[in-house]
Amino acid sequence: MTFILTAVLVLGVTGLVLGLVLYAVSRKFKVEEDPRVGQIIGLLPGANCGGCGFPGCAAFAEACVKAESMDGLKCSACKSEVMQQIAAVAGHAIEVGVEKIAVVKCNGSCQNRPGLRIYDGAKSCAAASLMNGGATGCFFGCLGCGDCVKACKFDAISMNPETGLPEVDQDKCTACGACAKACPRHIIELRNKNKLDRRVYVSCVNQDKGPVAKKACDVACIGCGKCVKACPFEAITLENNLAYIDFEKCRLCRKCVDECPQHSIMAVNFPPKKVVEAQPQVEAPVADAAPVSAPAPQETESTENN
Amino acid sequence: MAQKLHITTSPHVHCGDTIERNMRWVIVALMPALIASFVYFGAGSLIVTATSVLSCLFFEWFITRVFLKRPSTLADGSAIITGILLAFNLPSNLPIYMIVVGALVAIGIGKMAFGGLGNNPFNPALVGRVFLLISFPAKMTSWPVPAGLATSYVDAQTGATPLNLIGQIAGGNSAAADQLPALKDLFLGNIGGCIGEVSALALLIGLVILLWRRVITWHIPVTIFATVAVLTGIMWLINPVLYVNPLYHLCSGGLMLGAIFMATDYVTSPMTVKGMVWYGIGIGFLTVVIRYFGSYPEGMSFAILLMNAVTPLINNWCKPKRFGEAVK
Amino acid sequence: MNTFKIGGVHPEPNKLTADKKIETLALPQQAVFPLSQHIGAPAVPCVQKGDIVRVGTRIAEPGGFMSASIHSSVSGKVAKIDTIVDASGLRKPAIFIDVEGDEWEPSIDRTPKLVLQSTKTREEIIECIKNAGVVGMGGACFPTHVKLCPPKECSIDVLIINAVECEPYLTADHRLMLEHPDEIIIGIKIILKVLGIDRAVIGVEANKPDAIALLKSKTSMVSGIEVMPLKMKYPQGGEKQLIEAVTGRQVPPPPALPANVGCVVQNVGTVFAIYEAVMKNKPLIERIVTVTGKNVKNPCNLKVRMGTPVSQLLEYAGGMPEDTGKLISGGPMMGRPLLDDTAPVVKGTSGVLLIPESEAARREERNCIRCAKCVQACPMGLEPYLLATASETGDWECAEENWIMSCIECGCCQSTCPSRRPLLDWVRLAKNRVGGIIRARNAKK
Repeated sequence: MTFILTAVLVLGVTGLVLGLVLYAVSRKFKVEEDPRVGQIIGLLPGANCGGCGFPGCAAFAEACVKAESMDGLKCSACKSEVMQQIAAVAGHAIEVGVEKIAVVKCNGSCQNRPGLRIYDGAKSCAAASLMNGGATGCFFGCLGCGDCVKACKFDAISMNPETGLPEVDQDKCTACGACAKACPRHIIELRNKNKLDRRVYVSCVNQDKGPVAKKACDVACIGCGKCVKACPFEAITLENNLAYIDFEKCRLCRKCVDECPQHSIMAVNFPPKKVVEAQPQVEAPVADAAPVSAPAPQETESTENN
Repeated sequence: MAQKLHITTSPHVHCGDTIERNMRWVIVALMPALIASFVYFGAGSLIVTATSVLSCLFFEWFITRVFLKRPSTLADGSAIITGILLAFNLPSNLPIYMIVVGALVAIGIGKMAFGGLGNNPFNPALVGRVFLLISFPAKMTSWPVPAGLATSYVDAQTGATPLNLIGQIAGGNSAAADQLPALKDLFLGNIGGCIGEVSALALLIGLVILLWRRVITWHIPVTIFATVAVLTGIMWLINPVLYVNPLYHLCSGGLMLGAIFMATDYVTSPMTVKGMVWYGIGIGFLTVVIRYFGSYPEGMSFAILLMNAVTPLINNWCKPKRFGEAVK
Repeated sequence: MNTFKIGGVHPEPNKLTADKKIETLALPQQAVFPLSQHIGAPAVPCVQKGDIVRVGTRIAEPGGFMSASIHSSVSGKVAKIDTIVDASGLRKPAIFIDVEGDEWEPSIDRTPKLVLQSTKTREEIIECIKNAGVVGMGGACFPTHVKLCPPKECSIDVLIINAVECEPYLTADHRLMLEHPDEIIIGIKIILKVLGIDRAVIGVEANKPDAIALLKSKTSMVSGIEVMPLKMKYPQGGEKQLIEAVTGRQVPPPPALPANVGCVVQNVGTVFAIYEAVMKNKPLIERIVTVTGKNVKNPCNLKVRMGTPVSQLLEYAGGMPEDTGKLISGGPMMGRPLLDDTAPVVKGTSGVLLIPESEAARREERNCIRCAKCVQACPMGLEPYLLATASETGDWECAEENWIMSCIECGCCQSTCPSRRPLLDWVRLAKNRVGGIIRARNAKK
């Protein structure tokens, strides 16, 4: 009985003494840290995605506190309200920026861009892009191995097995830019997320001459320039047989979408255009001669498609 | 073109080797020892082996398919090998429920808990064996005396194994020296011990098969044998009365089985020749130390598990000789 | 028998065409000359659409110090300067020439007579080689005139002729040695004169006993040229492995060169091209190509004009078999997969290999079982399993620390892996990234 008591006492006292020692050490050797850093870390999403350019959320928080202003300091994974709160904690003023979203500028699905060869090597777009032009006729388009999916820390991008192309979930995407950096062909771009999440973009990065591009993919941009002429805001430029819409200048009028003979331009989150009805005439109206808005295979209103 | 061309880069041919081919030859190499165990221990060895193999297969299937809901990995043959090796480390009269528990620990904890084949740091069969040794020390340390095919599974007569005797001799018991079987018996396998470890001859045939079929390289087994021979040889030369001849050490206990089949397990052994040599030296050294200065008669299992723990460090420190290194 | 010490594998030799004499392939209807057929800057065209050219007319000038000229291998009219998908699998600029007749530049000596002596000086010889557009014919296509002028601080003492041809299936060099040994010996003497040394060793793999015997008899009366049979092991024909087998010296890791250990290595096909350039005034316009494969009806060794589409070679060899899974330019261990048969033969096309679907398709990739067979196979003493994992996880630091830049991309590791892991795919990616990091680091200094 005493034997048990002795054991309990010894262990108990040892524990108590060691506990006190640990407490003393933790007080004496405490690292002084600005409490604001801890507060900001609490506000941040904590994904350590690197989109801010700092190695992790803690480093970004420190930088915010140390800096004199919020210039160049932006957590793209936060909503703008959160950024304002962070700026308030750090004691700086902040301008509200424009929200962005990752856009996959390729519509070369298995249907549109037939596979001519087989690639069964390492599942890595980076590795595959080094090897050769790829398994289709388009040497610029999506390789489909999913480097972008692997890079995303917010589970906001996934491969659609039917089309073989990545799809961005616009609610989860924080525009941190990881997928854009991961894509070896620079197919993904961070573009403005306008009101109602609408956006218009050329869904193609093919720089081959028109006939070559068209042979490889049904919806490739052939560089004809019709969209450039149609745009009333001079938002579209043509370079290397490829049209590009500047998202700062684009006013979402969608004139280019109708002009494009290849249906390469995507308009996302718009309501469907009204069908123009034929005027009532004496003779029997030519049934449905009215042009329906460009029946691009992937034009939808809801979740972002490529 | 009728056939779509593949556009993956070089190399475009393969030597044809697969995981299954290597596992198959390991199983073949284990067969001589299984036959020898049947000859000396009768039906008991087959019962233990069959139970172990079936349990390992079942547990791997259950954990992989039912628990983790992933495709079955049974076809790669590694579960069968774990089953056979676990059985080879058990006495031939071990009760069925103990074998099943051992299989569960070996597969469940030793292998699947770490992520399956390729990810385990410790040899699964040894994890199971050591667990059984610590949990059921009495049954795990009483070995039937070999009585050929007539050896009973249920109530075999048990006796001291050569390793027990070697330990007693080292402790000063000279009477034990008279009981030590002849070297010939140790070599052929007519001695007490675990199922797979008794017949040095059968195990060496297995080694030849493994080397011939390029499943393993010679470095680990030979280094272990050499280290044990040198260390026990030195001790024998210092005091031949207390310490037996190195050949007795090589042929007794789990040394041969461990050196040839357990220490050479791909997943848990080092990746470079330099690493393998240090690994072998470590195992040999620890085995001799535990045999002579530890309280367990057999040190091989612990020696291998301890060196398994050190393998990642060995891999970091022992890099292969790089081309052009010397000149640099 | 000499060999290299570390690693190596033994693939099936499959030298189906070892006994087939070289046949001359007919002229193509259109010849295509990619501007990048060599290491270094692409060549710059010096002809334009509509120009008439003859066989041997220079059509592109070197694009820099590390570059080479390109000559037309046919006579006809320049159709266009456009792009074509070549063996690199990418669209590259190329000169397209429609073939008319077979008129040669008059300065070229087309007689078969052996020219034994030359009065050219060392500088004139190098100029001649440069003007002929000679590059390494073993597959790497290093501009020869640059290789034959090693840095001044390197003292060269031996010329090694690479007649190993360790790749399975390929027999172009083998047949060249059997059918043109005299030209090769003269070519060696020319190179010895350029380098200013007196020792040459011809390294030949032991699976070519007829070539070894023939060359030995031809060199018995020549002092300074030795024939050394080498043990059959892949990649004995790799420059570094060959140097170690012949001289026992190991070339240090990049940026060191063979010249740093006193050696210059030349492929036997390049030696033949040097003979033709210096003695016959003939630029590099044709080469021997082995067309082979297990299911090929008529595997053969062909003398082909540069720019001929691979489809024509396949037609001569009996057509592409139905079950072809891969069309390869080169050998099975290091060759490049062609995207289709319209690619043209270029200076580095040593062979066209057709692999059946059953062998070509990659099997399913499994977990690494840590068997270390890749480590045993690697001839450079690397750990492919570790480098591949580092590449997969983007750990470029780990890759660089583990000597990834020493990898010669021989393919030994991937060809032995029982888990069928695409080791070399990953290593190539890491080499690309680490190479970029090193270049950026050096640029900052």
